[in-house]
Amino acid sequence: MSTVMAPKGAPQSVPALLLRNVGQFGSKPAYREKEFGIWQTWSWAEAADEIEAMALGLLALGIERGDHVAVIGRNRPALYWSMVAAQKVGAIPVPLYQDAVAEEMSYVLEHCGARFIIAGDQEQVDKVIEVQERIQHIDHIIYHESRGLRKYDHTKLHSLASVQSEGRAARERFENELATREAELDYDSTCVMLYTSGTTGKPKGVVLSNRNIIETSKASSEFDRLDPHDEVLAYLPMAWVGDFIFSIGQAYWTGFCVNCPESADTMMTDLREIGPTYYFAPPRVFENLLTSVMIRMEDASPFKRRMFHYFMDHAKKVGPRMLDGKPVGMLDWLKYQLGDLLVIGPLKNTLGMSRVRVGYTAGEAIGPEIFDFYRALGINLKQLYGQTEASVFITQHPDHEVRPDTVGVPSPGVEIKIAESGEVFYRSPGVFVEYYKNAESTADTKDAEGWVATGDAGFIEEGSGHLRIIDRAKDVGKMADGRLFAPKYVENKLKFFPNILEAVVFGNGREFCTAFINIDLTAVGNWAERNNIAYASYQELASHPMVLETIKSHVEEVNRSVAEDAMLSGCQVHRFLVLHKELDADDGELTRTRKVRRRIIEEKFADLIEALYSGKSEQYTETEVTYEDGRKGKITATLKLCDAAVAAEVDHHKVAAE
Amino acid sequence: MNDLSHDGYVTADGRQIGGVVMEMRNITLRFGGVVAIKDISFDIREGEIRAIIGPNGAGKSSMLNVISGFYNPQEGEVIYKGTKRPPMRPYKVARQGIARTFQNIALFEGMTVLDNVMTGRLNHMNASILDQAFWWGKAQREEVANRQKAEEIIDFLEIQAIRKTPVGRLPYGLKKRVELARALVAEPKILLLDEPMAGMNVEEKEDMSRFVLDVNDEFGTTIVLIEHDMGVVMDLSDRVVVMDYGKKIGDGTPEEVRNNQEVIDAYLGVSHD
Repeated sequence: MSTVMAPKGAPQSVPALLLRNVGQFGSKPAYREKEFGIWQTWSWAEAADEIEAMALGLLALGIERGDHVAVIGRNRPALYWSMVAAQKVGAIPVPLYQDAVAEEMSYVLEHCGARFIIAGDQEQVDKVIEVQERIQHIDHIIYHESRGLRKYDHTKLHSLASVQSEGRAARERFENELATREAELDYDSTCVMLYTSGTTGKPKGVVLSNRNIIETSKASSEFDRLDPHDEVLAYLPMAWVGDFIFSIGQAYWTGFCVNCPESADTMMTDLREIGPTYYFAPPRVFENLLTSVMIRMEDASPFKRRMFHYFMDHAKKVGPRMLDGKPVGMLDWLKYQLGDLLVIGPLKNTLGMSRVRVGYTAGEAIGPEIFDFYRALGINLKQLYGQTEASVFITQHPDHEVRPDTVGVPSPGVEIKIAESGEVFYRSPGVFVEYYKNAESTADTKDAEGWVATGDAGFIEEGSGHLRIIDRAKDVGKMADGRLFAPKYVENKLKFFPNILEAVVFGNGREFCTAFINIDLTAVGNWAERNNIAYASYQELASHPMVLETIKSHVEEVNRSVAEDAMLSGCQVHRFLVLHKELDADDGELTRTRKVRRRIIEEKFADLIEALYSGKSEQYTETEVTYEDGRKGKITATLKLCDAAVAAEVDHHKVAAE
Repeated sequence: MNDLSHDGYVTADGRQIGGVVMEMRNITLRFGGVVAIKDISFDIREGEIRAIIGPNGAGKSSMLNVISGFYNPQEGEVIYKGTKRPPMRPYKVARQGIARTFQNIALFEGMTVLDNVMTGRLNHMNASILDQAFWWGKAQREEVANRQKAEEIIDFLEIQAIRKTPVGRLPYGLKKRVELARALVAEPKILLLDEPMAGMNVEEKEDMSRFVLDVNDEFGTTIVLIEHDMGVVMDLSDRVVVMDYGKKIGDGTPEEVRNNQEVIDAYLGVSHD
C-alpha cells in the first residue's frame, strides 16, 4: 500500500488545521450552540482560544503523550473542543456513546485505559464514578455542566471551566511544552480512537490517524464541493465515526460552522432555525419525519389534504428528474413551481430542510418511497456506504446519479474489489491503522496489502459501476434446500412499511423463513386513535387482532415482491409474530446505532422461534427487560403466531452463490 | 443523630443546614367553629427540606396558606428572619421571598410556558408604567434581565422544548414543572410546594424529586413541601412535621417520625377499646 503524505507545508493534524482556520477565517463562526433560548456563537479565533486554555489546563493536570481521554456527553461545542485539546497535548480522544449504561462503558474505559474522562453532566459523571470502583486507572474526571455536582468529592473531579482557568493562569509555565507537543503531531499520529458498536462480540477500538481523517475529509469535501459557508447540525452521537468526520474532520478541513442543538428534545426546532445546508441522518430519522408528516396530513382539513396529495403526486413524477438535471416539460415545470409555492416550500421549511444542498443517509437501507419522497421535495438526498474502519467513506452517490437501490460509486481515493465469496473489500487512505490492543482482529480484517473486509456481501452493477449491498456476509446463508437466505433483504422490505419499525427474519438451514416484527407505535397508535381502538400499552396494541391482520397483509405483499426475485425467492416469510416488546439497545438486542443483533435475539427468544417452526398457534413467553436506570424487570405475554400466504415462485432454480 | 440544639447542623450527605429562618409559634386557625389548625409550633431552618405530612383533612394545606400569608391565624405568631410578621397580604409575603406552587395547578392556560414563567418575575419589575408602555430605558433592561433569569430556570428544569407551547396543551406532569419554574424564577428564599407529585407516575415523580433536590442544592432554597407519597417524603426531607386533625403529632427526622407510635396510629388507624 502506498502511503499518502501531506503536501509540504500543509496542515498535518487537526490542531494544525485549527491554526490554519484561525488565520484564514478568524472571525467567521465556527461553532454555535443554542443556550438560554439564544444561539451563542464562537468564531474560529474564539474557539481556538478556548481549546488552547483546555489544552494548557490538561497539561497542568499532568496529561502525558499517548494518554486516552474519554469524552462522554451530548453534542456540545465544549466537548468537541476538549477532543481537539486532547490532540494538542499529544493525547488521544475517545468519544463514547452517552446512552451507554455503566457496564458497557466500563469495558471500553478499561480497554483503552483512560486516565482522563471528560463528562458532559452529572448523569455521565455518576456512571464514571460507578465504573471507577472497578477500574483503578482513572485519575481525573472533568465535567462540563456543574449542576447537581456541587457536593461531590472534588479530589479527582474538576469542572471544565476551572480546568480552563487553571490553564490560562499557567500559560507561561506550559506554553513551550504545548508548542513542542503540538509540533510533534504528524500524519502518522493518532487522531482519534472510536469504538465500533459491533453487531457481534465486544466493541473494538478503531485507531484512526491524522492521515485517515484529513485525507478522507479532504476527498469527501471536494466530492460534494463543501465550502466555508455550509452549516451542519451536530446531533448524532459523538462516538459515531460519521459525527467525527462531519463535525471535526470536514468542518476543520473546509471551515464550515457546526451547530449544536439546545437539547435532544428541541432538535426539530433547532433544525428549522439553523436550516443546515449539509445534512446527515440515518434512514430512521427520515422515516420518522415522513411518518409524522403523513399522520399530520391525515388530520388536516380535506382541502389541504387534497392540495398536498395533488402537488406531491406531481412532485414525485418530476421532482427527482429536475434534481438530476434532466429536462422536464414547460407545463410540468410550471406546475412544480406552483406546488413549490403552495406545498413543497412550506413543507421543506417545516422539516428544516429548505437550505439543504447535500443530504446523506447511511447505516441501513432506506425505503425507495421514503427516498423518492425527499427527492421529490427537491432535497438532494444521497446514500453513502461506509464504516468506522474506512473513516466513513467507501462509496457514495455522485450528484445526478442517485438511486435508492445502490450505495453509489467508490468515493475518491477508494479502491473496491469483490471477493469470490461475494464479500466487498476496499482500500483507501482512510483505512484505519489498527484495532487497539487487538492485533489478531486487525490481521483478520486488514491484509498486508491494505485491503479491508467489510463483512458485507454485494456486487458492482455492470454499466453504472454502482455498488449494491445484499446483506451482511455473515448473515447470508442457505435454506435447508440450498436456496440463498438473505434476511436483511426481506427485513428492509418489511421495514419500508410505516407500520413496521423493526423486523428480524430467520431461516438459515431451515425449511422456510419466519419473522419477528415490531410495530411502529407512532404510526399504529395514530391509526388506532382514528379508529377508536383503545390500548394501554405497546404490548396490548401489538396483539390487537386488527393490527395483526394489517401486518399480515404487509408480510404477504412483501412475499409477492420477494417471489419476483429468482435468486431470493426462498426467503418468503411463511409464519410471523408481532413481538410483545420493542427491541432495545438497553437489552442488548440492538446496537447503539440501532442495528439488529441477530445472534442475541435468536438466543433470547429461542422459545418463540421454536414455536414458529413447530406450527403452534400461540406461545407463552417471559422476557427480561432492562430499564433506563439499569434495573431489571420481566414481561410476560402469550403471543399469537400467524401464517402468511406465500406467493408462487417465478423460477425455481438453485443459485450457486455461496 | 442530628444535633438540633445548636444553630444549624450538617446532614448525612454533607449539606450545611443553617439557623432557623421561620418559626411558627402556637398557631391556631379557625373557620367559624371549625378548627383547622390547633396550637401548632415548629420551625424551618435555612437550606433544609421540610415536609409536612398527614392524612387528608389534617390541615396541611391550611398550614402552607398560613406561611404564604393567604390565611391569618387567629392565635399564634409567625416569626420570619427573627422578627414577628404582622398579618400581611400574600403579595407582600411573596415580596419577602416566599414563593409557592399549588395543589391544583394555577397557570395561565392560554399563555406560553415562557410567558407563564415570566409572570413569576413580577416582583422584580420596578420600571414605571410609561417606560413599560414604550418598552424603553429601565423597562427594557429589566425585561432582558428577567428573560435571562427565566431562561436559566427553563434550562434548569429542562423544559426548553416546550418554551413556546401554550400551557393548555401540556400534559399534567409538565404543567407541574412549569408551575415550579414560575415559583423558582422569583428567586425565593423559601419555596412552598403543595403536593408537587400528586397524580404523577413513577418516572415523573423521580424527575420531580431530582428537581426538588437540585433546587435545594443549586440555589440553596429552603423548601417546605406537602406530600402524600411516603417514599418521596422519607427520601427527600431533612425533617418532617406530622399533622392529624389540625394537631401536630410528630416532628423530627424521617427516621424518628417513622418510629413514632402516634404517627403510626394516625396512618394505620388504631382500635378504640
